[in-house]
Amino acid sequence: MLNFRLLLVFLSVLVLALFAASLLIGPAGLGVGTSLRALLAGQGEAAVLVMREIRLPRALLGLMLGASLGLSGAAMQGYLRNPLAEPGLIGVSSSAALGAVIALQSGLAAAVALALPLMALAGAVLSVLLLLALAGARGASLTLILAGIAISAFAGALTSLVLNLSPNPYAAAEIVFWMLGSLSDRSFTHVWLALPFMALGWALLAPLGRGLDALTLGEDAAAALGIRLSRLRLALVLGTASCVGAGVAVAGAVGFVGLVVPHLLRPAVGARPGRLLPASALGGAAMLLAADIATRLIAPERDLKLGVVTALVGAPLFLHLIYKTRKDGVW
Amino acid sequence: MVRVLTLKDLTVRRGECPVVDRVSLSVAAGEFVGLIGPNGAGKTTLMRAALGLLPATGQSSLAAMPAAARAHAAAWLPQTREVAWPVSVETLVALGRTPHLPATGRMRPEDRAAVEAALARMVLGGFRHRSAARLSGGEQARVLIARALAQQAPLLLADEPIAGLDPAHQITTMEVFAGLAAEGHAAIVSLHDLGLAARHCTRLILLGQGRLVADGRPGDVLTRANLANVFGVRAFYARTVDGPVFQPLEVVR
Amino acid sequence: MSVFARASRRLAGPGAALGLWLGAVLSATAAPERVVSLNLCTDQLAMLLAAPGQLVSVSFLSRNPMISAMSDRAQGYRVNHGRAEEVFLMRPDLVLAGSYTARPAVRMLRRLGVKVVEFPPERSFTDIRAHLLRMGRLLGQREKAARMVAEFDARLADLRVTRGPRPSVALYGPNGYTTGAGTLADDILDAAGFANIAARAGVPGGGTLPLERLVMLRPDLVVTGARYPGASQAEALLDHPALTALRANLPAAPDTGPEWACGTPHVLDAVAEMRAARDALEAGK
Repeated sequence: MLNFRLLLVFLSVLVLALFAASLLIGPAGLGVGTSLRALLAGQGEAAVLVMREIRLPRALLGLMLGASLGLSGAAMQGYLRNPLAEPGLIGVSSSAALGAVIALQSGLAAAVALALPLMALAGAVLSVLLLLALAGARGASLTLILAGIAISAFAGALTSLVLNLSPNPYAAAEIVFWMLGSLSDRSFTHVWLALPFMALGWALLAPLGRGLDALTLGEDAAAALGIRLSRLRLALVLGTASCVGAGVAVAGAVGFVGLVVPHLLRPAVGARPGRLLPASALGGAAMLLAADIATRLIAPERDLKLGVVTALVGAPLFLHLIYKTRKDGVW
Repeated sequence: MVRVLTLKDLTVRRGECPVVDRVSLSVAAGEFVGLIGPNGAGKTTLMRAALGLLPATGQSSLAAMPAAARAHAAAWLPQTREVAWPVSVETLVALGRTPHLPATGRMRPEDRAAVEAALARMVLGGFRHRSAARLSGGEQARVLIARALAQQAPLLLADEPIAGLDPAHQITTMEVFAGLAAEGHAAIVSLHDLGLAARHCTRLILLGQGRLVADGRPGDVLTRANLANVFGVRAFYARTVDGPVFQPLEVVR
Repeated sequence: MSVFARASRRLAGPGAALGLWLGAVLSATAAPERVVSLNLCTDQLAMLLAAPGQLVSVSFLSRNPMISAMSDRAQGYRVNHGRAEEVFLMRPDLVLAGSYTARPAVRMLRRLGVKVVEFPPERSFTDIRAHLLRMGRLLGQREKAARMVAEFDARLADLRVTRGPRPSVALYGPNGYTTGAGTLADDILDAAGFANIAARAGVPGGGTLPLERLVMLRPDLVVTGARYPGASQAEALLDHPALTALRANLPAAPDTGPEWACGTPHVLDAVAEMRAARDALEAGK
């Protein structure tokens, strides 16, 4: 218990440090003093604009998005009892992206701002339901990944189609944004758009810990321990879809966070799915903030996509996991 | 006598075909019931339906309860030994306390005591910090039994809990269930080893093709006719100085 | 090997009529008679200079008023989509192309023996003069071209701001794209009496300027482009609250219209518009 608390404290400190770094690093090259005076005291007209309207929302979104991805990854893995279940890998993110792109290109999002996250959420819900139907209650790795590949490919193709058919010449070039995600130039508009849905997702997923712990023993045993599985499943589907849908709607589909973070933290929480939830939320926030800082440091003027960095870290780990699965079938 | 389970005309259909067919029985505290029958007789289905884990017609006192209350009334040990994550043995056994924990999920002293008692009962103290996913099949089976014991419910339903255990552990496990019954709990255990069933159970329930064929003391259930009709075997069965001895001898069909 | 021999070997058999036509092409040493343009900017140069009936087709982009300064004129021409097959069937004796556009079509047309002339994008007023004269030579309209250059220079001299303060301006497009020294836009801003902030930001040619740097540079005017229909993240940047806040304290600025897109005398309309904005800015101080 003490160790677990210590872990959470450590992760929180890490997140705070990265959040601060995210606020202090940027192409404008403001000094630490100038930055803090602008942010906290509102001194320096242009610097205030940079700190409060550009960097603060970006850092906040990084925190929110990372926590959402970490949390939903951990929750999905706990439910499916499969460490490969990750929203990006199994097509939930790309389906959410499709929903978001349809909302934007149909003009729905311009008419009603909430249409953007809602459509992304709808896309995510559909894909999760499809996955559960295809891969079954205990998602066997192979079925899960195959179903995920199919859903990803299909949603990705439709997203490309919608963007290619857009009357806007820039839209087609943004396929890469929707597939890899980016936080550059996000504003408080995006924060306020995503926050209610993410908060709903957190509220739905956070209390699932006990049920996910019991699911370690299988569905039957969990049900006999008093866990209401149909309610748990509903909360999981809606919670994951809210988190991923809201995130994708404002920042595109950032992959691998929900894979890497739970995998790294699982040994630290004694593999308990319930404890993994808060730890992964914090870890996800840390990873995403770090990745976003990396995009700014590696290629400051080039808008390097966030998903590139997370995939560079995540894909090798994914391969490692597949290899391990094949070798001994034990996580 | 405190009844811990009452079934009335419990029926489970798979399509048109009844898998459990109008089974009525009741189990009281202090009983160690062996649920026997050939493969496909409906033992697992009967137990799952009794717990309310399967849609069924007829009545089951457990299935009628809300999920939380049922978890206090009965513990269930499924046949499939599933340990999805490499949690420690202690953590896994503590999952048995799930229905008892307060909303915070914090383990109270009585919860710890229950876990310790279950570990001690299954002689698993030395395994406490081992990863449950990396134990041998038999060890895992015992850990999962300990998990069910930690639930401390008045009734324990276990589906073939001794399958795959070595003889010593089969006997000690049967003694654990008998001990539970002696303490005033009840256990319903499905098993194929009729010899162990005859020696340890206070009562046997024989299922054949979904129907309750016989229900009573082991000597009254394991009759020549029942064995021939339901199992299709002839057996040696005698009361000896070492207690009842049962040995199937040949197939009669 | 002559063009005719090469082409007729490819087309042997069914191509009797084509053969006759190719012969006509080869004998035409004077002005071309069937000119097809594949590029938005060569479209406009050709429309300005071609004799009636000489220009057969322009690119479909030329009809789009968002990007074409001559969209009305373009309605009177057949359009092409820069594909070799459709262009070849128009039987051109001269094809005009941009040096970066419709590359596969250009290669294919050359293989088929069609004369293709390429124009690089204009990067300055000097390029405009040179391209007008070059187009005049190609179309056999030298005098008309020379006249047009003279008119261009006269009007430019008239518009050009040579004295007084030079307020700073930022061109800020989708994705934070801005253009600095060595671009046509820079020449336009310079003639209109502005100092292009891209130079101060160290953006050579065209490049992206992060929003937070734009905010810190505090330009006197921010000029963005007109919006396309549909939605894009690239354009959504222009609605960023920080940019809105920055522009809230600045006078309204004209959009960069289609006149900014190509090096033709139409750029002078952009100069005039920017000069008006500059004069209003100075008057407001």
